[in-house]
Amino acid sequence: MLPSSLGRVTRPLAEASGPLIELRGISKRFVKHLDLAARIGNRLGANVREEIVHAVDNVDLKVAHGEIVGLVGESGCGKSTLGRLAAGLLEPSAGERFWRGQALERLAPAKGRRQQLRTQMIFQDPYASLNPRLRVVDIVGEAPVVHRIVTKKQQVEYVGLMLNKVGLDPTLMRRYPHQFSGGQRARIGIARALAVKPEFLVCDESVAALDVSIQAQVLNLFVDLKSSLNLTYLFISHDLGVIQYLADRVVVMYLGRVVESAPAAKLFNQPNHPYTQALLAEVGRVEPKKRTFVPIAGEIPSPLDPPPGCHFHPRCPHAMPVCRARAPALVEISTRQFSACHLNDPAMRTTGQAT
Amino acid sequence: MSAAEGAVGAPTAAMRKAQTPFARIVSDFVANPVAVFGLALLVVIVLAAIFAPLISPQNPYDLAQIDVMDSKLPPGSKAATGGTFWLGTDDQGRDMLSAIFYGLRISLAVGTIATALALVIGLAAGLVAAYVGGRVESLIMRVVDIQLSFPAILIALILIAVLGQGTGKVIAALITVQWAYYARTVRSAALVEKRKEYMEAARCLALPPSHIVFRHLLPNCLPPMIVVATVQVAAAIALEATLSFLGLGLPITEPSLGLLIANGYQYLLSGKYWISFFPGIALLLTIVSINLVADQLRDVLNPRLQR
Amino acid sequence: MSANGGPVLTVSGLRTHFFTRAGVVKAVDDVSFAVGRGEVLGLVGESGSGKSMTGYSLMGLIDAPGRIVAGSVVLDGVELTKLDAEAMRRVRGSRIAMIFQDPMMTLNPVLRIDVQMIEAIAAHEKIGEAAARARAREALVKVGIPSPDERLNAYPHQFSGGMRQRVAIAIALLNKPSVIIADEPTTALDVTIQGQILFEMQRLTRETGTALVWITHDLSVIAGLADRVSVMYAGRIVEEGTVVEVLATPRHPYTRGLLDSVPSNSVRGARLKQIPGMTPSLAHLPAGCAFRDRCARAAADCAAAPAMRALTPTGHAVRCFHPL
Repeated sequence: MLPSSLGRVTRPLAEASGPLIELRGISKRFVKHLDLAARIGNRLGANVREEIVHAVDNVDLKVAHGEIVGLVGESGCGKSTLGRLAAGLLEPSAGERFWRGQALERLAPAKGRRQQLRTQMIFQDPYASLNPRLRVVDIVGEAPVVHRIVTKKQQVEYVGLMLNKVGLDPTLMRRYPHQFSGGQRARIGIARALAVKPEFLVCDESVAALDVSIQAQVLNLFVDLKSSLNLTYLFISHDLGVIQYLADRVVVMYLGRVVESAPAAKLFNQPNHPYTQALLAEVGRVEPKKRTFVPIAGEIPSPLDPPPGCHFHPRCPHAMPVCRARAPALVEISTRQFSACHLNDPAMRTTGQAT
Repeated sequence: MSAAEGAVGAPTAAMRKAQTPFARIVSDFVANPVAVFGLALLVVIVLAAIFAPLISPQNPYDLAQIDVMDSKLPPGSKAATGGTFWLGTDDQGRDMLSAIFYGLRISLAVGTIATALALVIGLAAGLVAAYVGGRVESLIMRVVDIQLSFPAILIALILIAVLGQGTGKVIAALITVQWAYYARTVRSAALVEKRKEYMEAARCLALPPSHIVFRHLLPNCLPPMIVVATVQVAAAIALEATLSFLGLGLPITEPSLGLLIANGYQYLLSGKYWISFFPGIALLLTIVSINLVADQLRDVLNPRLQR
Repeated sequence: MSANGGPVLTVSGLRTHFFTRAGVVKAVDDVSFAVGRGEVLGLVGESGSGKSMTGYSLMGLIDAPGRIVAGSVVLDGVELTKLDAEAMRRVRGSRIAMIFQDPMMTLNPVLRIDVQMIEAIAAHEKIGEAAARARAREALVKVGIPSPDERLNAYPHQFSGGMRQRVAIAIALLNKPSVIIADEPTTALDVTIQGQILFEMQRLTRETGTALVWITHDLSVIAGLADRVSVMYAGRIVEEGTVVEVLATPRHPYTRGLLDSVPSNSVRGARLKQIPGMTPSLAHLPAGCAFRDRCARAAADCAAAPAMRALTPTGHAVRCFHPL
């Protein structure tokens, strides 16, 4: 029999006034070093450069307790990388991470493991995110047993509890992942994350691979779990419709930088940054009337070779000369709405030049 | 909460019957009649090798039972003691059928043991290389590359020349030749698996690295290894036969199939073909049946079909 | 029906079945629709609905263990299901063309773009290489690819995803087909690039008068692009009509459920109305209405399979005994 306390989730009594998790000045660079052949080539006159991708470039992110922060952007924007940095799966190249005000980089290994369990990730691909050779009872139950949340004897009962929480029939726990549908596998992944009692969930495009009707079931599940388990979410998605429905705050990224961040209502009603405006124009609405698509011109640049200054300037309908010269800073333009655009600077707007 | 609606576990027809992966592999395997034939043949050969002392008309190593007056008799000849030499006798008077059974035993045993040990060593090396990465990986893989660039027989010959002859040394030579192939295969498989999201999930759950490697990485790298190992048993048997044929393999007191073939080689064109021919057929059938089984296993274990 | 004369493509009672070891999979089960010149028909459904298989059936790309077991596909007056392999090859790519979700299904990674495009033209027409190249270049301009002369000499891996899809569209347009089947061509693309592609498709269908069958699961794309829509479920069409009719006044419970599931259609914070259960496996369809197990309005008579029933003179029809 499981002690009854394992069914409930305990929370610290005093909610800290600061954010639950904070990333300050976080950067992540992926460097492809020159191998021996390339270095020899360079000595002989070839000009082989190291390839550096600034996947995440000096980003500040704060998630308050109980908040759902939506992280949106297109390919190459770095949202998946930022999600993994927040979840502890990647080490930052620069910057610091804080949990309830405490710096994470200086934790001892044992504490580091416990810290790792507080943040869990829900992955995108319901097929690849489950080990095909393990039964569901082991997929969900191995971590709680390894970390002594439950004993081996209690594993089956505990897994049953978890599966119930996500709306799956516990009698199925001895099956293998390939015997379940995509939506059920998504639920198994959520059960696996919940089994280690996290406080913070990073959902990386967790509903993108699901059919619309299954997506609705899983989104409802996320909302239910948030209230029953007092969870905080970082929800990464390219689908603005889902973000609009779910998020309290929205952070928009483009090519490794945050371009705008605001409470959801404000972002969707009064988007400030030209890229946000372009994205919102593309949000699918099922309104039965013919649209004339007015697309934004140009390709998304490669992260290997980003445009100088403001990354968005080649595609921006309002680009000014200063935009190529200097990257705009992220400034607060109204209550809790931040945007990184030279258009917001009254001095720039009149001259269009760097002052 | 819609636990009931979400509890779509109510087995709908959409769910496959609770079939373990093993049961599925078996049912897919038997769908191909050629593979089943290969498997049956292999089973017969293995049983013959295991029960050789029971089914051989004569113990070919017992000098008391051999009469040099019976030497080089054609297949079907009658022995002085009343039995029949179904496949003839060799130049010492040994019954070929018995010699083949005992020879199969040696060949299969040496091939299987060498392959098993090479598999363990190669698996360990390849997994470590893939999981740890960096300099360690480079080092291991360069050793593998260098070794694989030499012909197998050349390495085996050099090792035998250095170590001397004997059963243990032959097995050591076979292991040295084979491990690199496994290491390379498992490293490729492990690199692919490492990127999959369930591996990231395991790290997210703060599972210890040894747990991740043995519980998550290794079982998913095994299917290609099983196929490679099966084929390599055949290759090991063939390599051992080659060494024995050249006189550098197992000692004469334990004749494997290769040695039997070598013994009869000189008589091949002078009409007494059976001394080389029948051991050759036995070797051929062994290798063919192993390859048939391995072929079908490769198709059945193909992850593309695992959905 | 289309307003510009008779339909270009008429499909009636199409059935495509796959005969597997696990049983007969009825991937396409009695599908009928018609598309007129310059018209855009949306074929909407989730995974397992049979929409992609319908597209492949129209192109004659169904291989063993599947085959078209019944029904007719009439393109410009020619019955496609009765053609032999050689005749179908002549039709495929010249009178009817297909664009896939992954442009690398169309493009050969080891051949240059001009080689592939010229090959596509030469397969159907005897034409000199210079003339073929000029036509290829013109097609690239038409789909909005900048610097077409340079791009002709490039390889597919030198293009971005959106550009590759444009090239695939250009190849589809090369021989001026009457109908283009587009199987989720923008699903894998970023949202801003998707907008570009949709803009091009809209322009092209208007300019060239090519009919378009757009297969997707994304209702918002259909809402913006299509004239008519057919909703598929478990291999059957369950509702069809003009886009306005079907999306503003859906009559089939599944269509209603689909529309309710889309988050942008819901109020923030309110629970999404979800359809309970899962799509049935096409190998084990329940008898009668395939949606029966998940439908709140199911009654005893739903045990018999409903047929399409017209509701309005403009062609709004549902396959349901108890439409909304």
